[in-house]
Amino acid sequence: MNTPADASGLVLDKVRLHLNGAPLVEIDCRIAPGDILTIMGESGSGKSSLLDFIAGFLRRDFQAAGRVFLNGRDLTDRPAQDRHIGLMFQSPLLFPHMSVLQNLMFAIPADVRKRSARRDLAEQTLEDVGLAGFGSRDPATLSGGQQTRVALMRNLLSEPKALLLDEPFSSLDKARRADIRALVFDAARRKGLPVLLVTHDEEDAETTGGGMVHRLETCRGSAPSRP
Amino acid sequence: MTIRQKRIVDVPTLLVIALLGGPVLAGLAGTALPAFGYLPVLGHETVSLEPMRRLFETPGLAKSAALSFSTGLAASLASLAIVLVFTAGWSGTRTFRRLARFLSPLLSVPHAAAAIGLAFLIAPSGFLVRLASPWATGWTRPPDVLILNDPFGVAMTLGLVAKEVPFLFLMTLAALNRPHIHDTYRAGASLGYGRLATFFKLILPQIYPLIRLPMLAVIAYATSVVDVAEILGPATPSPLAPRLVGWMNDPDLSLRLMASAGALLQLAVTTAALLAYLGLERLTVRLLRSRLFSGHRHAHDTSGRLAGLFLMLAVILAMGLSLVLLGLWSLARSWWFPAALPQHLDVMRFADMAVMGAPALWATLALAVSAAGVATAVTLWLLEARDAAGRTTGARLKALVFLPLLLPQIGFLFGLQMLFLHAGLTGTFAAVLLAHLVFVLPYAVLALSDPWARLDPRYGKAAASLGASRARIFWRIRLPLLLRPVLVTFAVAAAVSVGQYLPTLMIGAGRIVTVTTESVALASGGSRQAAALYALLQLLIPLGGFVLAALVPALVHRNRAAMRLERG
Repeated sequence: MNTPADASGLVLDKVRLHLNGAPLVEIDCRIAPGDILTIMGESGSGKSSLLDFIAGFLRRDFQAAGRVFLNGRDLTDRPAQDRHIGLMFQSPLLFPHMSVLQNLMFAIPADVRKRSARRDLAEQTLEDVGLAGFGSRDPATLSGGQQTRVALMRNLLSEPKALLLDEPFSSLDKARRADIRALVFDAARRKGLPVLLVTHDEEDAETTGGGMVHRLETCRGSAPSRP
Repeated sequence: MTIRQKRIVDVPTLLVIALLGGPVLAGLAGTALPAFGYLPVLGHETVSLEPMRRLFETPGLAKSAALSFSTGLAASLASLAIVLVFTAGWSGTRTFRRLARFLSPLLSVPHAAAAIGLAFLIAPSGFLVRLASPWATGWTRPPDVLILNDPFGVAMTLGLVAKEVPFLFLMTLAALNRPHIHDTYRAGASLGYGRLATFFKLILPQIYPLIRLPMLAVIAYATSVVDVAEILGPATPSPLAPRLVGWMNDPDLSLRLMASAGALLQLAVTTAALLAYLGLERLTVRLLRSRLFSGHRHAHDTSGRLAGLFLMLAVILAMGLSLVLLGLWSLARSWWFPAALPQHLDVMRFADMAVMGAPALWATLALAVSAAGVATAVTLWLLEARDAAGRTTGARLKALVFLPLLLPQIGFLFGLQMLFLHAGLTGTFAAVLLAHLVFVLPYAVLALSDPWARLDPRYGKAAASLGASRARIFWRIRLPLLLRPVLVTFAVAAAVSVGQYLPTLMIGAGRIVTVTTESVALASGGSRQAAALYALLQLLIPLGGFVLAALVPALVHRNRAAMRLERG
């Protein structure tokens, strides 16, 4: 039997969150590279707090137990910056004061030194998602689907080792949703990233292609249900 | 179980406490010791009650103290009443939004400039009398009545009201800025309650806690004000604070002991006014509470609403006219009574005097920019550090920074002056800057903490998950996103610094002269044109600050649609 420390992928080792002493979320599982775990739950079930805990943003009034490992590295006490976990929110949250290209260049790690190399990399990325020539645009002028695509690419450019998705498709209309969903999941599989998707949309869960589904009940912990 | 709690007081919090608490506590001690006869610099080394005895033997002292108490308290109560009745009757309407746009810039008009302008308006030789003379009044020379400097301090009270209404209004506006507050009006109306009744029974109880500290600060200021009192206040005798300043600056150094004793009396007078207000507050709460469930709906409150509107309009009009009169007087070459407008305007004269005022203007600008720069930077550092430490509640922080504003300035400025004198720092730029910061820093914290808290925390999270360091998130994400409120904070801080009269006068000791100290001196000296010009120069810096705060973000973010939305 492997200990969580030598397993690859994202391991949530007996994670329990409490708010003012009341249990909120309980989860114990491993997401292998390229796999998707979907967490279903109504608002108030502690989904966002779980994402905050994994990404390193949990508020002080929460108490947390358990550990988070990513490819064998214990992240639990590391600052958010060092976790290499990409976050996508309900809204794309492109930085409104930067151009589309600047948003992407912000994410490229500093070891790509030359400014021209950073620019080329960002422009290449835009081209990959069919947004060639959008670099100088104001993010606010892009459609919702385009913004989500840029947000995804911004995430991938920062070379994350795992993705956390907080209902990233909920702001899109139904037609766009399937495209973007496929884009995100394909990218994650290709790069071998474990993905944790939080949603209350059954359709999101169904289209993950046989991934695990974990249901949270409001204000109470629950055992993982694995297919 | 991992307990994720660290409670270390961070460096910027300590810095703020030192910047505010240091001068205040040292100053209070430096005031208290001479008050009891201990002032080694001047050779007084025995503790005695002699300064107190001399103080209470001064003729008219009780009257001075009573004037300070009554004008300060009356002005504060009247200001609060006008603001609350106007807000109650009109909040959420178009009229309200229009008038609100006039009130914010009035806040940045320094007290001294407002008082000088108001004097031009209401004096016996002022604009209002001129308008009615001689056709209605028959006066061909200014009437010999004490409208300005009246013995009961009515003019002074009006001057304070004109300045405190915009301040309390903006504080109320900030308190109203919370979700769903306007639904309460609808809920009240659907139950048949009038607007005023809805406001006082349902809304005020929710927002009053946020108005209370600003109100106490207004009382503390108004009961110990010096510049407004010297321009508009009674002279026979003057209120307490200006008399104390007179003794402090008297060539007879032994008067300083008595002045220090007087500063303690001023502390007592202000405390008494604060306690009186708290007593009134309790009575009002009890009265309102007993009526809360009476079912009286006061559905027909048109007259009350109109009264609120009328009073607010009167304040805005008086201030607006005062500012116009400042402009006219500074341009006038001759303006004989009873002409309503000057006979000759002379731009060259204006230019000549502007050249004369340039050194004072530069000193004011240097102080304002330094004080605002330090205050804004420290505030940003403070908010960033508290964020990083995961502290969210700002209520205690706001109460802390408000403390120096609840003391009469005179109470610790006297002591601070003595200490600086002892250390050979009086009249230096750094010493005056330090004294300004005691008053500027609280306003900077107040102005920036709400916009900072309203910024969507997910931008920071998104940047952190991309691997950006704390410093990078601050410089590349938070600061640019908050560019407008940061610049507004800078402008507010600069305006507060420009308005400082007593700290500049006491700590600058005549070696640091600003347009504010100069304009008060000229106004009490009776030089109208020069006083008007210096008062106008006082307006120049705040105006410049607010113009920059509007233009720079518009320019920097000119191609960014989402940044044009109001961000606090």
